[in-house]
Amino acid sequence: MIVVVDYKAGNLYNVAHALRHLRADFVFSADPRTVATASRVILPGVGSARAAMDSLREQGLTDVLRNLEVPFLGICLGLQLLFERSEEEDTPCLGVLKGVVRKFPKSEFKVPQIGWNNVCYKPGTDARRPQLFDGIPDGSYFYFVHSYFAPLVPELTVASTEYVVSFSSAVRKENFWGVQFHPERSGEAGLRLLGNFLDLN
Amino acid sequence: MKVKYGGRSLLVLARRIIPCLDVAGGRVVKGVHFLDLQDAGDPVLLARRYYEEGADELVFLDITATVEERKTVIDWVRRVADSIFIPFTVGGGITALDQVQELLRAGADKVSINSAAVRNPGFIDEAARAFGSQCVVLAVDVKRVAAQWKVFVRGGRDKTGKDALNWIRAGEDLGAGEILLTSMDRDGTQVGYDLELLERVSQRVQIPVIASGGAGDCRHLLEAFQQGKADAVLAASIFHYGRYTISQVKKFLAEHGIPMRLESPVVRPAV
Repeated sequence: MIVVVDYKAGNLYNVAHALRHLRADFVFSADPRTVATASRVILPGVGSARAAMDSLREQGLTDVLRNLEVPFLGICLGLQLLFERSEEEDTPCLGVLKGVVRKFPKSEFKVPQIGWNNVCYKPGTDARRPQLFDGIPDGSYFYFVHSYFAPLVPELTVASTEYVVSFSSAVRKENFWGVQFHPERSGEAGLRLLGNFLDLN
Repeated sequence: MKVKYGGRSLLVLARRIIPCLDVAGGRVVKGVHFLDLQDAGDPVLLARRYYEEGADELVFLDITATVEERKTVIDWVRRVADSIFIPFTVGGGITALDQVQELLRAGADKVSINSAAVRNPGFIDEAARAFGSQCVVLAVDVKRVAAQWKVFVRGGRDKTGKDALNWIRAGEDLGAGEILLTSMDRDGTQVGYDLELLERVSQRVQIPVIASGGAGDCRHLLEAFQQGKADAVLAASIFHYGRYTISQVKKFLAEHGIPMRLESPVVRPAV
């Protein structure tokens, strides 16, 4: 069973709409046993890193998530929580990925970044191919809403986007994937990406 | 798309094109003329049509008058959320947190708050804290009164005496995530957006500003971005009457150097 982690941190409903559209069977759950036995796990999230981590801890989910061996997809805040720490209220996060999530530095750009921006991935071949982007043209537009960003880390970054700085818009380490944008709100490209996640082995 | 930015060529955030639909009792009102649509009053069919044409977001304003009609809102919001996969905002008569919650649960991405925020500015703060600033759009209806921009409420019927620029700044400080700025002087005129107002507001706030009121032509949208410094434009009539399709508008703007999300062909998975 696909589990969408329901940790009371914002808008899960649109992820559900997109999954239903893709005819995926899924449940919302915050129960550690349900999450631990899922066939794949989606961690959505808007809201603050601190509140989200508090909620995951209270529900006894932090270790369960760290130890998952099935395909995992963190969306938006769900990607940021994979890193060691977020500058947002200086919050320790799950630490699955090395690096610190930072706030966009002050510039002439508006923060949060709200809207559609290009996602450029490294094509790679065969095993190194970013399967999440199968069938999606390089540089496609995805919908972003965020004030904090994940760093570029050569061994983790799957795709990058430019806004104030260059940042990781998609990351991967083994079974853990994360995207900074909202695939559930990114039109056909986003649906394809979610579909690709559902097809991962 | 690549644009020149400070002498550098950069990939940048696209400017957004947002069609707006007025809904009452679950039906789109203010006629939308797509000849090939069998039911041009169904918000779901129209939403789907704009989605397919490349709209970046949609805004629905529920102008329902009666409590009875209001019950239909959740129903069509849910159906819209099931059929389009771009963000959409629902506004009109939102006065309480549980209404916001209900709309978000039904699948809306954002709510726009107007009169209720003027009556009780704390409402913006509460909504932003409860659901995040990203889903709180502060809608402001502005009219020029004796060389000053003043805020009006209740669909433009009531004057508040509030200075628009100060109110918008206050709204940003209270936690609004975006400003939907409507010029009442221009609304429905199709002579172009109030560029002076737009530019003043855009320079005054850090959050994105959506221009509304007055679009009658592609050039008006271009001006809103170039002179008005808008982050997004809202338009109703130019799309509803089929004068332009969204893709035509986007192509025109892209040709004039405005970064636009143009469709990239996604390869559908083999079934």
